[in-house]
Parts: sequence; structure tokens; C-alpha cells
Amino acid sequence: MLKDITLGQYFPGDTVAHRLDPRTKILLVTFYIIALFCAKGAVSYGLLALTLAVCVRISRVGLHALVRGLKPVLFIILFTGILNLFFTPGERYLVEWGVLRISDTGLRNAIFMVIRIMLLIMGTFLMTYTTSPISLTDGLERLLNGLKKIHVPVHELAMMMSIALRFIPTLIEETDKIMSAQKARGADFESGGLVQKARALIPVLVPLFISAFRRADELATAMECRCYHGGEGRTKLHVLHYAARDWAALALGAAILVGVLALRPLGL
Amino acid sequence: MAEIIRTENLTYAYPADEGAAPALALRGVDLTIEKGSFVVVLGHNGSGKSTLAKTFNGVLLPSEGHVLVEGMDTRDETQLLAIRQRVGMVFQNPDNQIVANVVEEDVAFAPENLGVPSQEIRQRVDSALRLVDMADFVRHAPHLLSGGQKQRIAIAGVIAMEPTCIVLDEATAMLDPMGRQEVLSAVHRLNREEGITVVLITHHMNEAEDADRVVVMDDGEVVMDGTPREVFTQVARLRSMGLTVPDTVDLLDRLRKDGVDVPLTALTVEECADAILEAIAK
Amino acid sequence: MTRGGETLEPILQIQHLTHTYSAGTPFQRSAVEDMSFDVYDGEFLGIIGHTGSGKSTLIQHLNGLLRPTSGRVLLHGKDIWAEPKKIRSVRFQVGLVFQYPEYQLFEETVYKDIAFGPTNQGKTGEELDRCVREAARLVGIRDDQLDRSPFELSGGQKRRVALAGVMAMEPQVLVLDEPTAGLDPAGRENLMANIRDYHRNKRRTIILVSHSMDEIAQNVDRILVLKSAHVLMSGTPAEVFARADELLTAGLDVPQVTRIAMRMREKGLPINPAVYTVQALERELLALRKGGAAC
Repeated sequence: MLKDITLGQYFPGDTVAHRLDPRTKILLVTFYIIALFCAKGAVSYGLLALTLAVCVRISRVGLHALVRGLKPVLFIILFTGILNLFFTPGERYLVEWGVLRISDTGLRNAIFMVIRIMLLIMGTFLMTYTTSPISLTDGLERLLNGLKKIHVPVHELAMMMSIALRFIPTLIEETDKIMSAQKARGADFESGGLVQKARALIPVLVPLFISAFRRADELATAMECRCYHGGEGRTKLHVLHYAARDWAALALGAAILVGVLALRPLGL
Repeated sequence: MAEIIRTENLTYAYPADEGAAPALALRGVDLTIEKGSFVVVLGHNGSGKSTLAKTFNGVLLPSEGHVLVEGMDTRDETQLLAIRQRVGMVFQNPDNQIVANVVEEDVAFAPENLGVPSQEIRQRVDSALRLVDMADFVRHAPHLLSGGQKQRIAIAGVIAMEPTCIVLDEATAMLDPMGRQEVLSAVHRLNREEGITVVLITHHMNEAEDADRVVVMDDGEVVMDGTPREVFTQVARLRSMGLTVPDTVDLLDRLRKDGVDVPLTALTVEECADAILEAIAK
Repeated sequence: MTRGGETLEPILQIQHLTHTYSAGTPFQRSAVEDMSFDVYDGEFLGIIGHTGSGKSTLIQHLNGLLRPTSGRVLLHGKDIWAEPKKIRSVRFQVGLVFQYPEYQLFEETVYKDIAFGPTNQGKTGEELDRCVREAARLVGIRDDQLDRSPFELSGGQKRRVALAGVMAMEPQVLVLDEPTAGLDPAGRENLMANIRDYHRNKRRTIILVSHSMDEIAQNVDRILVLKSAHVLMSGTPAEVFARADELLTAGLDVPQVTRIAMRMREKGLPINPAVYTVQALERELLALRKGGAAC
């Protein structure tokens, strides 16, 4: 189960998608999300799906990796889809079973909503798959740099995020280890109802939290020993530069966004 | 030889529960670490050896007395960065000192903090990784490496600060024999070829065999201080402190008690075997 | 196998065990490959090998935490996976203590933590109390420590509590993965003494996995040497260390004493190749000297 978590996973590569500046990729994903929420009709959705398909192709990430990323959120997608399907009032009802009624708008909304969420998640995952977490946080830090003026702790937030990403695999491994150790003492994580299953997790969660706090404490000391003193005066191994390809990518992204916005009043 | 670290009447008390007397982890330690030397600090758990190490770069501040690093007092907060840049520290658990999820980013962490220009960071990272023999792993994810490799990354991360001294606080305790060997040969090479002072805190006796100097701690005090030969020949005393001696010395000690004329100073397997052969041939 | 005239019965039989990780992907890799060996009732077996030799994967098969890709594990002659639903009962019969087991402690008191395993087993009342107290005694935890929080104890004591937590299930086989890792020499020796006492008094099978040749040499009846997912050799310590050169070529360590003896033999001293403890080598040398003096 834990192995399915793909958040923050990075597939190293050397394609254009990998080489783009992280800031470009963050902006492009932002454009993409705005476009998704502004899309009205089949033409727009088609355009956006096509855009994603081309990007996936360029990145050579492989569609199955993206689809696997959808698995943990499948429930949410289905849930939203069903809500839209049954509870959207419309002019014409296609099916009626007592309170459950499917309207034509409902069907339409449900289909678009499911496609929208799927594209949104796959688009975001494509970014995390092609960008190392560290350059992602780097990019985010640089993009939000202006907010420092209004006392938003941008550097600290970015540092927290990159450390969290660094420790995800370590903590997953640790969880597996603790679960095995408790299973060896006869712990049963499979049987019983929801309450019993939740109770069975206590022997895993308590050691996991204790260990996480110990790690945090030791890591903080190690960071201080390596002269960490906040973001002030800090330099970077990799300095971010916009290249020609970044401008080109941003221009294309903006064009697609403008296109979707233009299609909106037409209901396409 | 110039000194790099000097402790004067160094005393450290861990904060105790209210009303109870504070537990003294260090009781007036006077110690000088010479530049370029390889010093091993031995002691059982709770002897104060790890506490001592943590005072060397101001992770812990003395309750009484002073720790001076190249003349700078660790209690002087304005000097703290300068002290930490000179005395690098490697800890026990390799997983809890790696900050980034790409090897080169992790090694770059300290120079980034010090505000070193990007180009120079690149050079420092590459040369540090070469020195610990990890140059092939620049773009790897640290969590997929072995324990010995992770510890060498941690050492590289410290080397990238260009310190004059590295303190390894039980950095080999969690490693398997192979990992331990990798780390030891890396620090010996740094000491020999780069002239970096090494302070190795450990409870593995055999890691002290090649040291210039062995310091033995017991109950917060330095109880022995000398060359490995001088220290290891005091078999009974080491045993009384819960430490073992290498099997070579144990064997020689037993044979001497049996009336065989062998020296106690043959530390390595080869020396020991040869010394016994000579004595038996007589 | 026989020891002291009595024939020992195999308690665990490992037959052509193979375990493949990530099968069908480019990362496919066999951590254990076609391993076969028996573990006898009441013996003290040592398993030695590098990190990555398959030790950890192997021992997780002995109590059914991992399921073989192929091959079988028999407990008392019965395949442990014959009835997958009953795999938990195997875990009570083959107790497994992981590396750094102190990180598995979670209860409010030492007593409750030790009682976790036996409670899962269904033990209650006086029987439970007896198991907990006996296990605590076996590892040297005092009665007054039972009501304390395990997190207040020292590192070495926490490890003992974790060990007691598995011993309290009264398993017929106790598997210990690097029980002394990270402890100082005195701590190592104390813990090994507890384990030896347990073996002597309970006469139950122990499987000790260790990196330390010296620790293995001083404690076990029989050694299994693993290398790259296979069994490289097995035999009594004397038999295994007599093949010290093979161990060294395989990149494994041998006890320091064995290396001293090897060096002396190279130089022409007729020393028994099977010595591996300081005392034994001392005796050999003294005998040689007396023999030499008589000439």
C-alpha cells in the first residue's frame, strides 16, 4: 500500500521537460490549472488533453506511471463524479429512480469534472516527475521571493518542504520496518472493523512519531553544525537561469491559456 | 605542533530534574588536540566521550571552563560560525544528517550556508566527493545508498566547508564491518593526504590501532592518554573500565602470564604472530 | 545431526527457498536463491554474511513475514504456508527480533510492552503475568523497572525490553538480527550472556545473525555462511574457520585469533587450523612450546 504513494517521486531524465527551469514549469502548471477551470466545452478539454499528451510524450515519463499516480485519489475522483451526476439540476432528466435523478447537465458536468480532476492531477504529477524536489522548492522560493517583503518566511517554507520531501522515503521505510516488527509480535493489521484496524495502528504510530521527533532533533543539530543560519547570505550550487526554451515554453503555455479563455464565451 | 582545540577545566552538567543534583558528564577535562593529528577517543557508553565531542564545535557549551578552537571561545556567539566552519562534525545516524535528496545538493549544503560563490561550490563538491571516493554518486539519491556510503557523503558534506578538523561522533557505530572500513580508510586518507585533524569517538578498540594518539574517557574524565601501544598494554585497567583489548594484546598478555617472553606492544596481527614465533623459537 | 550422543530433530527446514524482489520489472533481483538447510531443535545457529547477502530476507521467511517466491519453509515438518490464514500462529512459534528493536517500543510501561506479544497470542491472567515476568528476568530487567515508561530507560535497557517482548511469547525458535549492534563492549558481552543463559536454561533453538565473526565464534554451535543470496558453507565454528582463506577470498572477516594462527602456520608453525578463541590458541602455543622444549 505504501509503495503506491508517488507524491514527490522524481524520474531522472534529460529531456526538454526535465531541462526547463523549475519556475517555468511551476508557471506552466499554474496556467494549465487556470485553463482547466475556465474550460467550458469539449473543444477546450480536447485541447488541454492534447497539450498534456504532447508534454507526456516529450518527457518520456510513460503514461502508466501517471495513471498509477491517480490510484490513491481514485475515490475522490469517483465521489466528485457521482455527486455531479446525481445532484445537478437540469432541464431534462435522462434517468429517474426516486430521489436519484440524472439530468443532462449532470451527466455533462460529471464527465467534465472527472476529466478536469484527472488532467489536473496528471499535469501536476508530470511536473513532480520531471523536476527534482530540490529544484522544485528552489523554483518556488525564487518565484515567491517578492513575498519576503511582506514578511512571508519564504526561505523557511521552502527549506521545510525540501526536508519533508527528503524524509518521505526514510519514513516510509521506517513504517514498513515497524509494521514488520509488530507483526512478528502477533499484531494483526488486516482483520476487524474500522475501529479495530485504527487501534491496531497505535503500535506503529507511536514508535513512528517518537522516531520522527528524534530524527528532527538530530537533523537540526547536524544542520547547525554545517553552519546553517537561515536564508540570509545563502548561495546556491545551482543558480536558476531562464533560457530561450523557457521563454518559448511560457509563450506556448500562455497561448493555450488565451485560446481556452477565448473559447469560453463560445461555450466550446 | 600548533594546537587546534584546547579544553580548559571543561565541565558539563546535563540539566537534571528539579531538586536532584545535576549529573556531571564531564569533570574538568584538560585536553589539547594538535593540528594534523589523528586522535581516537575511547570509552564505554556514558563515559562522557560523546559529550566531549559535542563541546568541540559548540553544540554543547561548557557549564564551567572553556573550549578554545584556534583561540576562539565556543561561548562567544559571534565566533560560532567561524568555529563550526573549522571543526566539522559527523554524527552516528547517517540518515539523520543528510539534508537533501540528491548527493551533490547535500554536499553543497554547508558551502551554500557559508555564502560561497556557485562556481566554487561546484569545485568544492566535486573535490570533496572525490576525497571520500564517492565521485560516481553525484546525482544519486542518498536514501538508496549503503550505510558506509551515506556516512562518506556526510563526511564529504563536512569537508566541503574546508575545515581544519573533523570530529566523528560514533560515526561508525551503526555500520557493518565493511561500511566501517570504508569510513575509516576515508578519514585516514583525509588525515594523511589533506592534513586534516581527525578526532574519532568510538568504542571499537580496533579502530584505534592506527591512531597517533588514544584518549580513554571514564566517568567524565580523561583516564589514559598516549599512543595506542602505551594504552593497550594496560590490559587490566582497560578491562576494569568495561573496555576490551584487541585479541592480539589479550593473547600476548595471557602468554606472558604463562611465562612466555613476548612484548605486549605487538598490536597488529602480523606483529603479534611474529613476536610469538620468535619467543617460541628461543 | 547429533550432539553429545543424542540425535537432534530438525525444527525448521528450508527447502530450495528463493525470494525475488520486483519480479517482472527491470529492478528484478533475487535476495535469496535456492537456499536449503535445516535448523535443529535446541541448537544455537549463527548466520553470517555481508549486508546484501540475503540474511534479512531469509530470516523474514522463517516466521512468515515474507512469502517465498518459490521453495518451502517447514516448521515441525509442516509447510508454514499450508494454511495462509494461520500464519500468525507461526510468528508465535518462531520469534523474530529485528535490528535496533528498541524502536518498536510503544506502550506506557515496560510491563505492558512486554505483554503485547503474549496478549496477541491470547494469553491472559496468571499465565500472561508469568510469561512477562520470566522474560523480563531472563534479560535482566528488574521488577521495579516494569512499571516505568520504556522511554525513560537507557538505550541498552530498551533493547532488553524489546528482546523480552519476543521471548515472552515463548517461541520455540528465537531469531535475533544483530542483537548487539551499536552497543559498547560491556553492553555487548552482557546481552550475549543473557542470550546464552536463555539458551542454556530453556534449551530452545536460537538463530543469531551477526556481522561480528568474533561474536559468532564465541557463542554458536554451528555457523551458516551466506554470500550473494546463497549458502556458502555451513559447519561447526572449527570447521568453518579452518577454511579461513575461503572466507577471506569471499570478502568476509575471520576472527583475529584465526588470522594470527594463519600467519603462524604460513611461517611454518604446526598450529591446528581450527582454533578461533584466544584461550584455545594459548593452549596450542603452550603445548607447542612444551613439545619443543622436550626435543
